[in-house]
Amino acid sequence: MMVLSDALGACMAIISRGFRGKRETDPRIPPGQYLEHGFPVLSAGPTPRADLSTWTFSITADGGALKTWTWSELTHLPHDDVVKDIHCVTKWSKLDSVWRGISLDTLLSDVEIDPDHAFAMAHCDGGYTTNVPLADLRGGKAWIAYQYDGAPLAPEHGGPARLLIPHLYFWKSAKWVRSLELMTENTRGFWERLGYHDYGDPWKEQRYWGD
Amino acid sequence: MTEPYALSWLVGTLVDRRFETPSAATLELDVPGWRGAMAGQHVDVRLTAEDGYSTQRSYSLASAGTMGLPGGPVTSERISLTVQVVDDGEVSPYLTQDLQVGDQIELRGPVGNWFVWHATDPHPVQLIGGGSGLVPLMSMLRTRRDVASVSPFRLLVSVRTPGDALYADELATLEPGVAVTRVWTRTGPPGFLGPIGRVNADILRDACFPPDLNAHVFVCGPTPFVELVADTLVDLGHDPDRIRTERFGPTGA
Repeated sequence: MMVLSDALGACMAIISRGFRGKRETDPRIPPGQYLEHGFPVLSAGPTPRADLSTWTFSITADGGALKTWTWSELTHLPHDDVVKDIHCVTKWSKLDSVWRGISLDTLLSDVEIDPDHAFAMAHCDGGYTTNVPLADLRGGKAWIAYQYDGAPLAPEHGGPARLLIPHLYFWKSAKWVRSLELMTENTRGFWERLGYHDYGDPWKEQRYWGD
Repeated sequence: MTEPYALSWLVGTLVDRRFETPSAATLELDVPGWRGAMAGQHVDVRLTAEDGYSTQRSYSLASAGTMGLPGGPVTSERISLTVQVVDDGEVSPYLTQDLQVGDQIELRGPVGNWFVWHATDPHPVQLIGGGSGLVPLMSMLRTRRDVASVSPFRLLVSVRTPGDALYADELATLEPGVAVTRVWTRTGPPGFLGPIGRVNADILRDACFPPDLNAHVFVCGPTPFVELVADTLVDLGHDPDRIRTERFGPTGA
């Protein structure tokens, strides 16, 4: 068995004798990821069911809602159609996925934000949470997505609406999102408490604690 | 809360490989430095080609958990993974056919602190697996056996044909303490007179602990299987908060 130093000489890789791989590579695929043509589903529990007649999305802070939108109000806001590459921490990446959603810039511009609120926690039906710096939700980088590939977002993929933050690992793109809580301090969400990285940059392979 | 710890890459040496079915093999690996795992967790495996190309996949641990046990952790640097061959896959054919005893692979873990059974938990446990979704459930069953737990367990497993049944002999040794129900989706064993087909509400009602026992429910399998089972369990009155799922494979959507 051979051992090879990598370019930095920092870590040693074991060579798997005879392993060639399929090498379906693309510069848009981050390290450690492989290209997936389907759309796998990952969730920690049953798929929640939503009633759009009572569904709302809120931005909250300090225990109260700063602004709440009904389904109709939200989906009548100006929307973006975006084509994004998405990267799941379980190793698959999907290129050129097509979404429609409302930019977080649009939603955040509608509320008065305390400059001390630098972090956000997404809260979802089913109890899922995930944390993200507020800066990562701004500047055309994040959406509340409600259509995928030209059709209403399917429940198993997070419908009726999910957060879409394609520059971070996909667990940050919380399914079934119902509110965004603005916070002065960073606290960990569901997977972040269970061993997954606090930030989750796929290009730095920030999969787990300590990466 | 557990304090953050880094998961560094370790080197595992293959000490044994045996085929469970024509398309699934169990790899026994010695992993110096392995910190142990709870039942139900998985590992990341990394393969690197001679020119530096590398790729990673996740595999569930099939071996019993060594952490979260009533008597404290067990020290073991031996793990087993059961790998289902994915047709046209990049990694599973290599692991199940090309990798030889004595060869080394890189891996790190354990990963996934949610789909786990704590052997100190006295609640009944309902396991529901589709195909190779049985693997992390088998880790829980082996853990239960090893610690002589008396928590009531039931296993419902969906299998295509008898030739695809993982761990059949070992599961037989766990009965009657663990009630095992099999659903054959394509062909049953000789003499089997029951229905052939997918799980449905009637089967789930008959084979599973009733909702009022507040069993922990672990469902693992391909996405359509998990979606169907979890939705139906909720319809039958099971508390969604007690149902933990692990899905794998593309949906084709």
